[in-house]
Amino acid sequence: MPEQHTAEDRTDPTQEVAGFLRERREQIAQRWADAAVFRTVFTVSRDEAVEAGRAVVEALAAVAASGRIEDLEADGFTVVREQLARTAHARARAGATTGQISAEMEALRPPVTELLLDELSGAPADHVRECTTVLTVLMGTLRLVMLETTTVAGQDLINRQRLEMLEIATPVIKLWEGIVAVPLIGTLDSARSQVVMETLLNAIVEQHARIAILDITGVPTVDSLVAQHLMKTVAAARLMGAECIVSGIRPAIAQTIVHLGIDLSSIQTRASLADALAYALGQQGAHIVPSAGPVVEPR
Amino acid sequence: MTGEAAPPPDGYVPVLRLGGILLVTLQGDLYDSTAERLRQDIGRTVSDDAVTGVVIDLSGVEIVDSFMGRVLSDIAAMTRLLAAQTVVAGMRPAVAITLVELGLTLPGLRTALSTEEAMNLLGAEVANLPRTAGARRERP
Repeated sequence: MPEQHTAEDRTDPTQEVAGFLRERREQIAQRWADAAVFRTVFTVSRDEAVEAGRAVVEALAAVAASGRIEDLEADGFTVVREQLARTAHARARAGATTGQISAEMEALRPPVTELLLDELSGAPADHVRECTTVLTVLMGTLRLVMLETTTVAGQDLINRQRLEMLEIATPVIKLWEGIVAVPLIGTLDSARSQVVMETLLNAIVEQHARIAILDITGVPTVDSLVAQHLMKTVAAARLMGAECIVSGIRPAIAQTIVHLGIDLSSIQTRASLADALAYALGQQGAHIVPSAGPVVEPR
Repeated sequence: MTGEAAPPPDGYVPVLRLGGILLVTLQGDLYDSTAERLRQDIGRTVSDDAVTGVVIDLSGVEIVDSFMGRVLSDIAAMTRLLAAQTVVAGMRPAVAITLVELGLTLPGLRTALSTEEAMNLLGAEVANLPRTAGARRERP
């Protein structure tokens, strides 16, 4: 009863495509294994690429069976989302742009369409058209899911690195009993200078530091905003009973500060961290005296 | 007028005298009326008892406002007129940040990390009065 069969399928081409994908998954996976997106990522063995392709086909079949072919959040995709993210990540690392990845995903469609047309040979023309449309929409959704995972993964990376930078970039170093130093590296914005101020003040309390050194050797430029942040930090440290020294001011930065008309005369400044440390030790009543001869290490 | 034995009123801040130094420990929330009474108490004690230094311990204070900042600098200015030094000790980081953000950097107010250091600071200066104010204390 071929007519009846066709009539039943015509009512739901989506289910027809789902069935087709499930039945032909081996063939599709074999063809996809040669496509750029799988071939370049799974270089170790072809079986691995076939395996990955099969997982994607099964996910597509599950999505088609659920009838949500345009839904990026369809349950079927969750299984392969991680694998797609890994694939996209590998391609991006190899230097592929988002557009290239998109084109490579598009290249997965023609082989499947070919197989589908073979399968449907002899069926009415409008039914064939409906089925290929469903398949095209489904492959388009897969492409979108792939690109979405690419951008989400990139955004996650950026967010994580931003947090890490906030924490890593502001270590408080104990130089001597009662002397702490913060080497500032990179551009200072409001969020970072807030973190610097808080970590420095907490370190002053914890280490019982009478002197704190802010070293700005690694700060590329100092504008009025940065200078204001520095002055705030110095003032807060002074309120807590510690003296704050700013060191590492390069000649170019000193010139900028003078040109901007920023008054740092209320702040103790030194050219280098070594000078600041010598000053701090002097304030503590400690002096470094060179010994007469080379020091012999005790055995 | 209440007698000597009457319990201290609410919000009373004890002002302790240790030798020539007054020790004032502030704790918890400080209301405007308390701050006002504190200012009067310190002024009277400094002038009556020949005090040479005042230590205000802020280590138990979590929250300050602009009024509190002004009271602190007022007390410092007042005691200086009465020939005594004021040292603010043990200010918490959050309080310091708040005062700085409010624009109250309190220039002219001396600060110390802890009450002990504040006492040392005043003690050293009282002992070495003929020397300059910038004299550093020796470490044992």
